Amino acid sequence: MSNSKLDARIPEGSIDQKWTKYKSTVPLVNPANKRHIEIIVVGTGLAGASAASTLAEMGYKVKAFCFQDSPRRAHSIAAQGGINAAKNYQNDGDSVYRLFYDTIKGGDYRAREANVHRLAEVSGNIIDQCVAQGVPFAREYGGLLSNRSFGGTQVQRTFYAAGQTGQQLLLGAYSSLQRQVGMGNVQMFARHEMMDVVLIDGKARGIIARDLISGKLERHFGHAVVLASGGYGNVFFLSTNAMGSNVTAAWKAHKKGAFFGNPCFTQIHPTCIPVSGDHQSKLTLMSESLRNDGRIWVPARKEDAEAVRAGKLKPNDIAEEHRDYYLERRYPAFGNLVPRDVASRAAKERCDAGFGVNATGQAVYLDYASAIERYGKIEANKQNIHNPDKATIISLGKAVVKEKYGNLFDMYEQITGVNPYNEPMQIYPAVHYTMGGLWVDYNLMTTVPGMYAIGEANFSDHGANRLGASALMQGLADGYFVLPYTIGAYLSGEIRTKSIPTDHEAFVDAEAKVRQTIDTLINIKGTKSVDHFHKRLGKIMWDKCGMARNAEGLKTAITEIQQLREEFWKNVRVPGEANELNTELEKAARVADFLELGELMCMDALNRNESCGGHFREEFQTEEGEAQRDDANYSYVAAWELTGNNQWTLNKEELKYENIKIAARSYK
Amino acid sequence: MKITLKVWRQKNTNAKGQFETYKLDHVSEDMSFLEMFDVLNEQLINEGKEPVVFDHDCREGICGMCSMYINGRPHGPKHGVTTCQLHMRSFKDGDIIVVEPWRAAAFPVLKDLAVDRSSFDRIMAAGGFVSVNAGNAQDANNLPIGKEVADEAFMSAACIGCGACVAACKNASAMLFVSAKVSQLALLPQGQPEAKRRALAMVNQMDAEGFGACTNTGACSAECPKEISLSNIARLNREFLSAGFTAQAE
Repeated sequence: MSNSKLDARIPEGSIDQKWTKYKSTVPLVNPANKRHIEIIVVGTGLAGASAASTLAEMGYKVKAFCFQDSPRRAHSIAAQGGINAAKNYQNDGDSVYRLFYDTIKGGDYRAREANVHRLAEVSGNIIDQCVAQGVPFAREYGGLLSNRSFGGTQVQRTFYAAGQTGQQLLLGAYSSLQRQVGMGNVQMFARHEMMDVVLIDGKARGIIARDLISGKLERHFGHAVVLASGGYGNVFFLSTNAMGSNVTAAWKAHKKGAFFGNPCFTQIHPTCIPVSGDHQSKLTLMSESLRNDGRIWVPARKEDAEAVRAGKLKPNDIAEEHRDYYLERRYPAFGNLVPRDVASRAAKERCDAGFGVNATGQAVYLDYASAIERYGKIEANKQNIHNPDKATIISLGKAVVKEKYGNLFDMYEQITGVNPYNEPMQIYPAVHYTMGGLWVDYNLMTTVPGMYAIGEANFSDHGANRLGASALMQGLADGYFVLPYTIGAYLSGEIRTKSIPTDHEAFVDAEAKVRQTIDTLINIKGTKSVDHFHKRLGKIMWDKCGMARNAEGLKTAITEIQQLREEFWKNVRVPGEANELNTELEKAARVADFLELGELMCMDALNRNESCGGHFREEFQTEEGEAQRDDANYSYVAAWELTGNNQWTLNKEELKYENIKIAARSYK
Repeated sequence: MKITLKVWRQKNTNAKGQFETYKLDHVSEDMSFLEMFDVLNEQLINEGKEPVVFDHDCREGICGMCSMYINGRPHGPKHGVTTCQLHMRSFKDGDIIVVEPWRAAAFPVLKDLAVDRSSFDRIMAAGGFVSVNAGNAQDANNLPIGKEVADEAFMSAACIGCGACVAACKNASAMLFVSAKVSQLALLPQGQPEAKRRALAMVNQMDAEGFGACTNTGACSAECPKEISLSNIARLNREFLSAGFTAQAE
């Protein structure tokens, strides 16, 4: 089944020895040579910042780029809940193998075993590194690190810093990066966008970047180019991604020959604040950690749901026996902590069946009442209060919940105007993360020699569904502990390559093409804003390539996207000039790429005639409505190769499971 | 609701700016302040005008990129909230809202409401870190840290680097920003070996960037969207002074 164009370069040996042996045998670059080797890192989130700082610590010359005004603002900052690591500090039977197993199973058996095992192996090092940097993780009174549970696991292996784990980890990586900037080992280019990658003799040799303040195009040489540019969830317009998150860097790489892996694997996060109106610009996630203690339900009777939607009934007035805790009912073993794809689909199923709440009917309740009562009783016991009254219990319980989730509850109240301590929160699934991305081998190198993809930008570790608290783990694993080793395998062969002057024709050509695209966008002078097109694309994607997909819808979506793309290039209006700070131009260039990616996502979803993880094809489900995989025909990574103008060829990397018995994924 | 906006427009750093007045007739109270600006910009684009440039990214109050000075207060009227988390239900029908960029010599205006805050990055590069390379760390639980200390360090580490403290300060001082990082790392054992050197280096860089002096008015902490405490500044002063007394000639 595997295609000769794809060599995953998985080392020989048993699964638990591959990485160890690889590290001992990978070619090294000596310190004197490292000083002459330049590496470009695009993106400064957890993966990019950790890679840039670590490569600089090792002695390479690094240039780092981000479109934000500071590397500290990359969207990793918004991750809330936590980071997994197989430390087994809780003595609950965790191990490298269990983390490996949970991740493969959570990914619905569509991830590469060797990569995932390596991820589990280095997970513990990440926690050590972050603590050494001064990341203030939550701790117990005894001074040791605290853990909590996340979806899809039965152990407590998630480390956290209140509801701001991403921020604290990113500030750790950012501080290491700034240290290297201060030492002159990293040159930082903030407010710069990568517009294209430059290939010379088939190898990645640099990028064209646009200085977003002056609008000037710049040429930058590198012996290797590392893309850490994040995911592409914003193709849906509404997502939990930051407004600026985009696919441009990865897409330009794809257009220069890098295969795109599993583009249709999108994660829809179950606990987001529901849409409030047409003005909505983004969706806000409520951390998965809330499912530790919160219970999810909808009214059990349709008339109650209708009364709630009409504003005639409040959730607190619905009696316990008239509530349907549908996750606990359907999945007793994991209950409210089933993986994200399962929880999202179950919410959609209830809302589609007419049990949704909110004026729109597109919401379910996340209720803390029983957690508040439970914690209140425990706290009363701790404080030696005997026979406490209900009010005391509730007040003590609220204090405990505030300590654990206070910032999330505050955020909910700011956005919705409803106090979640007194009334259940309303939540609905929203696009959150993309498991698909640039295809990479074991070294994290794309199909273009010298071009690497790390973090969410690559496809490698999460299969068809990512488990909570694993994105932070993967970003930092790639940046601190994997890429810095594996890149040596390539760079050791480049020590004789001198810096290529940027007046080389490949740079001149690439820059001219970028300039041409920008001029075209500015000169269309059409009648509709960039957002107008982006919103229409988002609606097509959400309706037809979102939580549930079917062949007919996907075919329609492809035609609609093609038409929309044509209309965009005829009728978009980009005010202002190219040579100035022009935020509409930035958006236009990004949306132009989303309009191509969207089509490929639909093609990939159409090709995959099975349901797995976040990819749910309505034609392929069990009688109970669970996803039905087809291992005989689809146990492969779909790696798409661009062969012409919006023309793609499918290459397949067969997935072999030698260490885990592939099975139906059950959380019942 | 109907809203009138008076917005600072400035073509670039060197251009002279001025206020422009815009009227919006259909503002929903569920909109965030930035979504209201999206509506304004859509309106401007449809009228063939240039949209207002403003910094924003995550829109969930954590990236620190949004930076509007609203009716004379950084991030607007609500306490402990960034502009992106400010919702129009905090305003009334018929309100006139004045929106300016951060005003500080060390934060030059780039265009309209967007300013250059790279001075903060340079302060961080001067010393806002623990010098530990990847791969050098011991097992995380080999270094127990009391919960109270860890929690206090976390409170300081919650700074999002937005610059509201500077914008709120009549002297445009960056003491709250600098002190939050100095405090976080001085509180933790990992940061102590470099504590003195860090305080000196970061304060020196802060002065070099042209931030003003601190006169303890407390406006910074009162306006901080993450409610970073003034006690950080006291700790920085302590660290800085003791560093000055014990500094070795290098």
